[in-house]
Amino acid sequence: MHTLSIKQLGEALRARKFSSRELTQHYLKRIETLDPQLNSYITVTADLALAAADAADARLARGEGGPLTGIPLGQKDIFCTTGVRTSCASRMLDRFISPYDATIVKKLQAEAGMPMLGKLNMDEFAMGSSNETSWYGPVKNPWDVSRVPGGSSGGSVAAVAAGLAPVATATDTGGSIRQPAALTNLTGIKPTYGRVSRYGMIAFASSLDQAGVVARSAEDAAQVLQAMSGFDPLDSTSMDRPVDDLVAPLGRSIQGLRVGLPREYFAEGLDAGVRACIDGAIGELKKLGATFTELSLPNSPLSVPTYYVVAPAEASSNLARFDGVRYGHRSAQAKNLEELYEKSRGEGFGPEVQRRIMIGTYVLSHGYYDAYYLQAQKVRRLIYDDFRRAFEQVDVILGPTATDVAFKLGAKTDDPVSMYLNDIYTIAANLAGIPAMSLPCGFKDGLPVGMQLMGNFFDEAKLLNVAHQYQQVTGWHTQSPKGFE
Amino acid sequence: MSLSPEQIRQVAKLARLELNPSLTEAYAGQISNILELVGQLSAARTEGVGPMAHPLEMTQRLRADEVTQPDQREAFQAIAPAVQDGLYLVPKVIE
Repeated sequence: MHTLSIKQLGEALRARKFSSRELTQHYLKRIETLDPQLNSYITVTADLALAAADAADARLARGEGGPLTGIPLGQKDIFCTTGVRTSCASRMLDRFISPYDATIVKKLQAEAGMPMLGKLNMDEFAMGSSNETSWYGPVKNPWDVSRVPGGSSGGSVAAVAAGLAPVATATDTGGSIRQPAALTNLTGIKPTYGRVSRYGMIAFASSLDQAGVVARSAEDAAQVLQAMSGFDPLDSTSMDRPVDDLVAPLGRSIQGLRVGLPREYFAEGLDAGVRACIDGAIGELKKLGATFTELSLPNSPLSVPTYYVVAPAEASSNLARFDGVRYGHRSAQAKNLEELYEKSRGEGFGPEVQRRIMIGTYVLSHGYYDAYYLQAQKVRRLIYDDFRRAFEQVDVILGPTATDVAFKLGAKTDDPVSMYLNDIYTIAANLAGIPAMSLPCGFKDGLPVGMQLMGNFFDEAKLLNVAHQYQQVTGWHTQSPKGFE
Repeated sequence: MSLSPEQIRQVAKLARLELNPSLTEAYAGQISNILELVGQLSAARTEGVGPMAHPLEMTQRLRADEVTQPDQREAFQAIAPAVQDGLYLVPKVIE
């Protein structure tokens, strides 16, 4: 059952070939047996999942099921889920039981009828590219358990790649959906900023964060993203515009599609093996009728520096709420209010989170604001303008997602800057706010390689269409890691 | 931009973060490296460029000043570290 697509699962459930309860139990059993090797789940919600599965079965029996009814999912542990621990993979929220549901949780679970298998592991407060900063331990890559799955949505991708969930939600602030998807042979999409509600999604960097999906195919991703998207009055950054049909256009031909190749993304620094896979994909897309143009995104090299000013600055503000007063970890050692704040935060946050809070505090402080933060905001505008100009010439932009395949656990933990450089190709899309996705395009030394597609604002349907057409003529995305088939 | 351990301690104070003293020097080094990375921004030509705070072309949405949510104090305080009579308890602030 875990090898079926969302479409096939939906058809089987509606035809009552098996029940949602059976399907959910199947995944729960796999999680129990296989997840100890991966550590992809922080909290498994077996009872809730089965109760939701029964409710889904009742809807299906009444003939009221939708395309996702009864299909289980994993939720990245950054989304608030009522009555269930929502930890953000941090000691700060280890005992935080959320009193409310995130909007996407309501949409996917209560409305679409997807039972939640559990809360998925991640880098602490979404800060990381390897899922090694989690309070609950690192996640392993099912393709090679001595390697990282990528981050911050490492649990989401490990679970889906290993067949421990058919699909999972994830979030992307600097590449945290796309990079781990690339490292685990999955299709991951970050929608346009404002497309999916951030209400109930624990904030890291409010102008960059977006919720999205990791799935085994573009077709699967489209179904779930469709259900997640839409205006939410509870999120002041939610765009009030109708959601396009993401599923119907999947079947369109891409004859005449204009694809841009940014020269800055194909410079040195890109591994030759990765390059070879991308070149193969370009060949396939040409056969489908796409035309390619080289273009320039001249401010690309400034993406990482810009991000590592803007994101920590916003994080330092967003994480100020964790002070030991109203929720979360409170230090037992505090003798006065000052110590309550300092010790609760010092004890509750891991080193990467502390580093980022300090960078953010520094760049926003008096005397440094203009040189760092204001300058970064201006460079952000330059990066945004590069994309606006590019989309006057092309429909989509193609490039690598990550610089190389999955690295070994521990390889980059001593040097934050080398870890940050993993996001070199993904960050610009968050700064500009455009939609972007990663999909499998080959293997290097037995490890998955992903390619990235970036689209114009609100053009998720086009991205998914291109990805789906590519996946109709290639089989990379159908492969599964050994030991998890 | 190189930060001394003393500067790190000052920033940590602003951020209300108690640092593990054995890590302060390591943090100073790592944060200095990160600031060197972001220092590349100073080379960018940004005269006349308007700062961009976020990707949306919209202003803050307003709504009518009406009560739309029920009182959920009990639910929210059920998860608090220390409450009494509907108030959050903290160590004494005023002597």
